[in-house]
Order: sequence, then structure tokens, then C-alpha cells
Amino acid sequence: MSCCATPLISGNARDALSSSRIALLEDLKANSKRLVDGRITYLLSAPAIHCGNCISTIEGEVGKLDGVTDVRANLTMKRLSVTLDGEERSLLPAVTLLENLGYAVQSLTAEESMRGDPEFKSLLRSLAVAGFATANIMLLSIPVWNGADGATKELFHFISALIAIPCVAYGGMPFFRSALGALRRRRVNMDVPISLGVTLATVMSIYESFFGGGHAYFDAAVSLLFFLLIGRVLDQMMRSKARAAASNLARLSAKGGFVVGDTGELTYVALDGISPGMRLRIAAGERFPVDGTICEGMSDVDRALVTGESEPLRVGQGTGVEAGTLNLTGSVDMIATRPANESFLAEVTQMMAAAEKGRSGYVRLADRMARVYAPVVHVLAFTSFTGWMLWTGGDIHTSLTVAVAVLIITCPCALGLAVPVAHVVSAARLFSAGILLKDGSALERLEAIEGVVFDKTGTLTTGEPAVASSNIPAGHLSAIAKALALRSVHPAARALARHISETAESHLQDLHEVPGHGVEAVVDGKRARLGRGSWVAEIAGSSGRGTLNGGVAFGVEGQGLWLSQLSERIRPGAREMLDDLRQRNLPVTILSGDGREQVAMVAKRLGVSDIQSELKPGDKLAFLSDAAEQGRKLLMVGDGLNDAPALAAAHVSMAPASASDIGRTAADFVFTRDSLTTVSYAHRVALATGRIVRQNFGLAIVYNIFAVPLAMAGQLNPLIAAIAMSTSSILVVGNSLRLHLLRPTEARDTPVEAETPTRPVALRPKEIVA
Amino acid sequence: MTTLSLLIPVALGLGALGLGAFLWSLTSGQYEDLDGAAVRILHDADDKTP
Repeated sequence: MSCCATPLISGNARDALSSSRIALLEDLKANSKRLVDGRITYLLSAPAIHCGNCISTIEGEVGKLDGVTDVRANLTMKRLSVTLDGEERSLLPAVTLLENLGYAVQSLTAEESMRGDPEFKSLLRSLAVAGFATANIMLLSIPVWNGADGATKELFHFISALIAIPCVAYGGMPFFRSALGALRRRRVNMDVPISLGVTLATVMSIYESFFGGGHAYFDAAVSLLFFLLIGRVLDQMMRSKARAAASNLARLSAKGGFVVGDTGELTYVALDGISPGMRLRIAAGERFPVDGTICEGMSDVDRALVTGESEPLRVGQGTGVEAGTLNLTGSVDMIATRPANESFLAEVTQMMAAAEKGRSGYVRLADRMARVYAPVVHVLAFTSFTGWMLWTGGDIHTSLTVAVAVLIITCPCALGLAVPVAHVVSAARLFSAGILLKDGSALERLEAIEGVVFDKTGTLTTGEPAVASSNIPAGHLSAIAKALALRSVHPAARALARHISETAESHLQDLHEVPGHGVEAVVDGKRARLGRGSWVAEIAGSSGRGTLNGGVAFGVEGQGLWLSQLSERIRPGAREMLDDLRQRNLPVTILSGDGREQVAMVAKRLGVSDIQSELKPGDKLAFLSDAAEQGRKLLMVGDGLNDAPALAAAHVSMAPASASDIGRTAADFVFTRDSLTTVSYAHRVALATGRIVRQNFGLAIVYNIFAVPLAMAGQLNPLIAAIAMSTSSILVVGNSLRLHLLRPTEARDTPVEAETPTRPVALRPKEIVA
Repeated sequence: MTTLSLLIPVALGLGALGLGAFLWSLTSGQYEDLDGAAVRILHDADDKTP
């Protein structure tokens, strides 16, 4: 049976031992685990794993390799563990085999490579303990509710106490810890009334069981913990799933480079080993690891992800290049000017960290709720206590019992579930639409936005341009142009290769790329060139050099010169998305690092009038922090390194999966589909979630309106408490599940909005399939 | 009363057994790949017949 993943394009750009390959192996080695018997286990991320066939293909094929003693694929996490029989054995054959099978592999950071999520596991353990206690105490409580009394009741209470005490102590830990933490910071969160309610219920029940003989609320205490822990487990599950999916996205920064020694030999040096003055060789197709100056060779550099400029920059001796930019056409040597920790990338990281601090002031809805709720509850309990003291003339026991009963019944079970359950359902909804949500508060923030800010290059447009118009005659000439275009990875050449429908001419001699200029070949004894206008004009006889800028020229010796104009390809779904946003009265702004003309052209096609161009990372950051100071809540959508500080400063932010690593880290949402309709869809889900959460709060409050007077009147008994609490929780959960009914997005991925129809881009990072 | 003194320990014992089994399955990594477990059962990789 063949596997469903398609083999990756292998070829000239993928050298057997490129620097990225070496970096991958080094990284894998650093995070590998040595077993007691000397074998060594590597943990790899393989995002393309998505079905049962993948599992059997991988385990079958890799398992056959020499020295591989164990392979295990994990479909949930899309990971793979490979055990080799000794440390000296290389993982390279396994990595190569996997790539040939169509599974690109990546290393995981030390944190990510931890097996499972320890916090999730400990929560699950607490949940199991609470579940055990709830079931058994309920079993013992039912006879008591049904009228068991005397010795039987005492015995049942006694056994319940024995189960409840350790279980509350263990299962309540997450709440006690969080409540203590909040109190220490002189804050109140939802865990404060929860901890208080559970503890008091347990203590009072112990007292009553041994001395008083009144009601015992063990069942209420443990079932409360059980319900709340379900909420916590779901919340944690959502977060670790999103984190695992995010760690599977391709890493786009270089992790090291080849240093040229005095005698010309190349040695691989990891990123932090590179110091200023070192001479590095960067092959075509690799990213520059540090900032530096080109000292030899010529090439074109794609800076879209770093500065937002859509057109590649031609570099030669003396040109400065930033870390993270992509070397497109030729191998170059550079002199490092700054160490990795002072590079442009590091500057942006610092700016981002500062911006993030500004945002930490956001208080989650549940905590805002708790700030009102907790004092009200505590005042109510205190009022009941004093009221009963006055009424009964100083009967402390009765008054205390009533006060504790008020605290138990108001213990915010439904309130505690109101937010996490709704968020979990929404996150699942978003996940299936290809949107990863980092944490629940982002949904709350997204709901409140008053405007949207977009980056242009890579966000509103796809990274690659398309041919808008071309005057290359069909037939033989087009076939030659295509053959030339296929030779290069330059975006303009790739666009032309997609545009020309003829089959590439195969009778070409001496086909080679001239870095910084274009591609040249000899056809029927005549030279043909594709590339920069002035360079092509050299052989084809110049014709209007002024008009050659911006496009790609094609010429054949003695036959003439033809031009193709390029335009940026707007991401599919951009117009629908903008229409949706306008319908919701959200103003749209474009902030771009690209030139004014390019930005205006795209803005005009999309009908956006509010644009700013030629912005540096600091300018974008300033725009968003100014907005934040004025209290304007903005959604920032961007992908580049230059957007990262702005993404961190924005009220809420989104980035495509093709974004720079640092941009994805800064964003609250990451969308893995090409279509931009995901942006408006995420907003719609956030609005619906907000509505459901408020309904949940409403339900919880209505429940309290009925239950609290009962408790204050001293009419509460454990049966009523148990029924009231479970019903309110079930209502809240049921209401949240209604989010599943929300209409999913239509996957409108087909219409690509260039002036001429082109095929969708093929070479993108593999989509994460939910 | 005598039946109770037998049944309650039995009930608690069974509950504890279930809890123990769950905690064991958690530590032995059985919850690490739930999606994988669902599809693995459909593959006869272990079947060595020619």
C-alpha cells in the first residue's frame, strides 16, 4: 500500500550535507536520551504523519535500517522516536529515508521533547482521585439522604471522612496553590472562594460527623473538586495540544553556518560559536545566520520575512545582510559583523519582550468576575452569621453552620466551568479550521477588538509574486523561457515558470545561473537570458531600459527582448475576509515595511485606504503601543520578523504558519491554512464564545439567586446542595457545547487573486492537518 | 450490619482497584498517543504470515 504523503522535492538545493542538515543532526543529538544499555533514543517531530498508513510505513521502513532497534510513531503529537544501538551510529540514514518517504523531520527543543505534559498528567491524577472519592462518597451519601440514621449514619459519615480528607487534600492542591499565590499578590481569583468553600465544607463535615451529628457535606466538597478539575483538565489539554502543534511548524532561522578557515576548508559552527570577523560561506537556498557584510560572490536576497520588502535585494561585495534573510541565487562569502546575540534578530527579540510586558496588564474575564463575586459571597456569609447570631441570641453553632452552608452553595462550581468549557469547545472548533489558539484569554481579547492592522508582505499577499502580464510569444520562445525559469529559485523565475503553460524546452546547452543577474543558456547556438532587464538587454539589444525595472526580462540573441510584469499575489480569501470585517464595523489598516508604491497597489486592489509604508519594526511597535495607550484595542495580523514586536504589543495578534519563528511565538493565534477567511472566522468564533460565556455566567448567577436565600434561611441540606450543584454545572457544560453548532468556514482556497490565473503555490511548509 | 461490614470494604476495594489501574496506565504511557492507538488496531503489522 502506498503512503498518502507525497515525497518532498529533492534536488540541487538539497545537498546531502547542507548546513541545515548538520544543524538538525546536532540538535537531535543534543536532546537525545541515552538508555541504560547504551542505546540512544532520538525524538523527532514529523508534522506530515497523519494516518495509520503513515505509522506502518515509517515503523516498517525505518525499522529495517541497520542499527535501528526501535521506532515508534506518535500520531497524536506527530512525533517519532527512533532508538539506535549506539552513540557512534549516525541518524543520517534514518533522516534521509524519512525525507524520501515524504516526512520532513525537525528537532524539538529540550522543553518540547519532554514526554507528555507533566502538568497535564498531574491534573489527570488529581481528577482520578477526585472521581474515585466522588463515586464512593455519593454511594455512602444516598442511604443517608434516604433516612439512614443512628449508628449506620455515623459509620457512613466516618468512612466518608476517611475518604474525603486525603482526597480533598490531594485533589484540591491545584486550587489551593493558585489561591495562595493570588492572595500573596493581594489579588482575588476564582480559586479563593473555591478553596475556601471546599475546605470549610470538609472541616465542618468532620466536626459534624464526630461531634454534632448534623449534616455532612463531604459529597458536595469532593464532587465540586471533581467538576472543577474536569474544567482544568480540558483547559490544559487544549493548551498542550496547541503547543504541540505549534512546535511542529517548520523552523525558519539558521542554527549555524559553515566557517571558511585560513586554508579554505569549511567547518560547521553552531550559531553561538560565530564571532565577528569570521568568514562564512552561505550556499544558495540557505538563510544568513548572523548579520554581516558580503565579501565575495553575488546573489539575490529574499528579505520578505525580515523587513517586509517584497522584491529580492541584489547583493554583492560590500552589501550588508541581516540574519534570517534568505540567500536565493548564488553562493556567497560573508564576514560576520555582529555575534548572534546582537544581531537584528536579537534586537527585535528585545523589543518584543519589552512590548509583551505592556500587555501583561490584561485581566482575564474569570478573574474580573472573581473580583466582584468573592467579596459579595463573603459578605453574604458574614451577614448570615451575624443575622443568625442576633436572631438566635448567640447560638454560635447554628450561625456558623448557616454561614458555612452559604459558602458551600455559592462555591463557584458553574462559574469555574463557565469559561474553560466554552474556550475548550471554541479551541476545538478553531483547530479544525486550521487555527491554533495559544491560550483562552486570547479569545476574550479578540472579542473586544475595535480594528484590525495587517502587515502586507506574506500576510495579505502570499510570499511569492505572480506574473501580471507577459509579452513572451507562445510556442518555442515560451518553452525556452520556461526552461530557464525552472533553473532558478528566484521568486520572479518561479512565478514565470508557473505562468508559462508550455513544456520546457529540453535542448539547452550550458544552462547556468549567474548570481545577481539571472539565468543563461545556449539554444541553437544563440544565447538566451532570463533575468534583470539591463543584463538581458546586453545580448538582445537594448530597448527602453527605463521600463525594465520591477519586471523580469527574457531575451534571445538577435531575436529581441520580452518583458513580464509581476504583481504580488493576494492571499486567497482576503477580499471576503475584509468584507466580513467591514460588516462588523472594524476599520482596517495596512502597516508595511515595503515601499509606498507596492503597498498602495495592493491596498487599492483590496479597497483599503488607510496605509502606512516603509516602516521599521520600531515604527510598527510605536503605532500599536500608541493605540494601546489611547485604549484602542487592535488585532495585529503579521508574519515577518519586523512584525514581531508589533504582534507582541497588540491587544491580540495572529500570524500565518509561514511566518518567521519569532512572529509565531509572539502571536496569540497561528493559522495554518492559506486562506485569510480564517481571520474573520476566528473573530466570529470569539464573538460567539463571549456570548456563551456571558450566558454561562448568567446561568450560574440565576442558580445562586435561588440557592443562596435557601442557605441563608438555614434550609439547606446535602441533598439539595448536591442536586443544585450538579444541575448548574451540567447546564453550563451543555450551553457551552452549543458552540459546536457554529457554522464552519467554507474552505475557499481556490480563487487566487492575481490579474492572471495561476496555480496555487506548491512550495509552502506542510499544512498541519488536525 | 454484617452485610454492610463486608460490602463497604468490597465497594471501596473495587474503587481503589480501578483508581490504581488508571494511575498505572497513566504512568505507563498509554495516554500518549490516543489517535495512534485507534488506527494501529486496524493494521496487521504483527502478522508475520507470508
